[in-house]
Amino acid sequence: MALITFTNKGIYCEQGDFYIDPWRPVDLAVTTHGHADHVKWGNKAYLCHELTKPILNQRLGADLNIQTLPYNKELSINGVKVSLFPAGHVIGSSQIRLEYKGEICVISGDYKVEYDGISTEFEPVKCHTFVSESTFGLPIYKWLPQDIVFQQIRDWVSDNHDKLKTSVLVAYSLGKAQRLIKNLAGDVPIYVHNSIANLNEGFIRAGVDLPETIRITPEHKKEELQKGIVIVPPALADGKWMKSLQSAATGVCSGWMQVRASRRWRSADAGFALSDHADWPGLLSAIKATEAEKVFVTHGFVSTFSKYLNEIGIASEEVVTRYGNEEEEEKEILTKEA
Amino acid sequence: MKRFTELIQQLEMSNKTNDKIAALVDYFSTADEQDKPFVIAMFTGKKPRRPVTTALIKEWAIELSAVPAWLFAESYHSVGDLSETIALVLPPATYTSDRKLHQWINELAALNGKDDVAKKEYILKAWDSLDTQERFIFNKLISGNFRIGVSNKMLVNAISKQSNTESNKIMHSIMGKWKPEEISYQELIAGAHVNTDNSWPYPFCLAYALENEPASLGEPAAWQAEWKWDGIRGQIVKRNGELFIWSRGEELVTDQFPELHFLQEDLPDGTVLDGEILSVKDGNVQAFSILQQRLNRKTINKSQLNDAPIGFFTYDLLEYQGRDLRGETMAERRRLLVEIMSGLRDKDVAILSPVINFSDWDELAEIRKGSRENNSEGIILKKLDSLYHSGRKRGDWWKWKINPYTVDTVMIYAQKGSGRRANFFTDYTFAVRDGEQLITVAKAYSGLTDKEIKEVDSFVKKNAIEKFGPVRTVKPELVFEIAFEGIAESKRHKAGLALRFPRIARWRKDKKAAEINTLDDLRQLLASTL
Repeated sequence: MALITFTNKGIYCEQGDFYIDPWRPVDLAVTTHGHADHVKWGNKAYLCHELTKPILNQRLGADLNIQTLPYNKELSINGVKVSLFPAGHVIGSSQIRLEYKGEICVISGDYKVEYDGISTEFEPVKCHTFVSESTFGLPIYKWLPQDIVFQQIRDWVSDNHDKLKTSVLVAYSLGKAQRLIKNLAGDVPIYVHNSIANLNEGFIRAGVDLPETIRITPEHKKEELQKGIVIVPPALADGKWMKSLQSAATGVCSGWMQVRASRRWRSADAGFALSDHADWPGLLSAIKATEAEKVFVTHGFVSTFSKYLNEIGIASEEVVTRYGNEEEEEKEILTKEA
Repeated sequence: MKRFTELIQQLEMSNKTNDKIAALVDYFSTADEQDKPFVIAMFTGKKPRRPVTTALIKEWAIELSAVPAWLFAESYHSVGDLSETIALVLPPATYTSDRKLHQWINELAALNGKDDVAKKEYILKAWDSLDTQERFIFNKLISGNFRIGVSNKMLVNAISKQSNTESNKIMHSIMGKWKPEEISYQELIAGAHVNTDNSWPYPFCLAYALENEPASLGEPAAWQAEWKWDGIRGQIVKRNGELFIWSRGEELVTDQFPELHFLQEDLPDGTVLDGEILSVKDGNVQAFSILQQRLNRKTINKSQLNDAPIGFFTYDLLEYQGRDLRGETMAERRRLLVEIMSGLRDKDVAILSPVINFSDWDELAEIRKGSRENNSEGIILKKLDSLYHSGRKRGDWWKWKINPYTVDTVMIYAQKGSGRRANFFTDYTFAVRDGEQLITVAKAYSGLTDKEIKEVDSFVKKNAIEKFGPVRTVKPELVFEIAFEGIAESKRHKAGLALRFPRIARWRKDKKAAEINTLDDLRQLLASTL
């Protein structure tokens, strides 16, 4: 019998009687990472990587029943061996490896293969069954190396300084924000929105080496902000808050910025194709490295990507899940935090 | 090429006119001299002959990128632009090229007449030397279709600013006959191929919408009433034997309307007329939808000349015997206008816009109700002692428009908005009933309050049936009253007709989807306007 099944509550392991990233309340939720579309409030117990714990405490509550694991360490649940491997997506993000009677299954959650300087680097894990995301599962999505993208961002920031504009980068508060901070720190001060500052504090307490940032308060003068870089989450990018920042230039950091129509649609001043998801070559190399016999494709260009895998000789099936609405889900969190 | 690519990126990054103009000014200050005339030609729609077909370009891109054709099609579907899809799916370039924009354009032009093998070799080599952004531009050079939101007017304003030259001279110059390979940027600015001393127009005087009752304007005898014609506001300039027709957007449109060229002979030198370009058949004004067939065309064929003949209804006289008349009163300008118009041969083409006689406001209100019968939009009121102002000035000219048409429709698609509304479904598509079917008739994204938008947004999220990229098909349940200014036949739309300026008038929560209008209702309306 299969090690995982796809149910209306989430991905279920019957042998171990637990769920991976369930979207409805269950007894035990094994959690890949802290983005709101992958972890919900209301589960009796959580199992996640030790660096995901501060995120859950921050976002879902301090009094949760959370058990943590480091990477690469096994825990047996009802006879199923559970271990976590770095997914490279955001800090603490994990692929969940399940092993039962020689059968191995890996659920990737969200992942990227390029090392981003702050999340532990993605590690391919050999398995029989692999569950892969497909957020950017089209051949038009091919990322430039991040060094080049960060250089583009630095050039943009210095151009804004010359024009006396405030550089506002729009990035998810969990993941992209820390990646930007780590890679852009040093030249100019970095100001961050509350929701990012709160997460950062949690990470620093948990021992993550994160450069110093400044929490924005109403007291900050626009002349000060103008000399630095401001990072805000997407939900605030269009709101009143941005209007209060005069002569701001906004730069959206997202894989979707690869395509002109999305850049225009977001009506940002600049778009940087910087993603925490694997691009087309990344997805293919990761999947091939697992040597899996069967690949389940979830959230993204599900049917297209799955069809292509079958064509190149990798048995694949589409799966409907509720993942992949990071932006909308993040917005909900922010509304709650506010 | 790199500099031009940068320009395109800057133009795409901002939707603010000032930013775009700044980017253009910067470009024309720093770019390669030989590139500049090519860029002006491209932005004003002067297209070179296409050297390679779309089908071949696509075939080679699929071959080189080693993706299956169906996957390429999926990618294209997602990107929405073939040039861009190709730029993105191709493998990374292996070397870089520093060729200038005009070199690329000339080389592409030289491909005409070569065989497919030679064409393919050239194109593949070019792709291999360009980064993603440059490739996109290169592919656009092949197709010649640049749509990047730069109007002639914007381009002219930028060149005018950059060169410190009056904008109407630049407009006259770039609308003239020239070839980018034969003229320099300096010659273009100087108008070396045309005489820009004769063409300059005056800024138009515009009317404000009348919000109060007309009785608030005082004595009817102090006012002149005319029909508010629904066409293209225009200015006809005759100086030193040359004739120029300017549109309200300050574009030179002389070539588009040959019917009016007789004025070159008939009008005395030093005459400037203000009026409306309309389609006029047997002295009667035709619907705007008929005039539309004649707008923005490079060439005009016989049947268009026949079906949509052009006429010019004159409102005002701005220059008389070479003298600027704008400081004279409306009454005096009208007197001289009547005199000029009486000297014309063809009074069925250039027509004095009639003055409506009325003795009190109620009588005028009654006359206004008949506006649609002569295809006008209502009435315009001008104070008899008013001067001709530049632009809008409150108090002297008022437009008193009739109410728009309306139709009850049901929402069937929704799409997310942009900017402040990026997280809400704010762009809707509306349909009317045709037997069992629902047929799309309009798309609109304004007219609701923020509270209503939130309500509709939540309905869409709960009632989405299908998802096509950013578009959701929704249960046909919400009824909206759509207001519009006109209706026209349209082969491009499934309904066979198109509404002009549709917008949401109100959300009819009191109506059910079964009670909406039918396609036949709209067809009848269309027939009544023709």
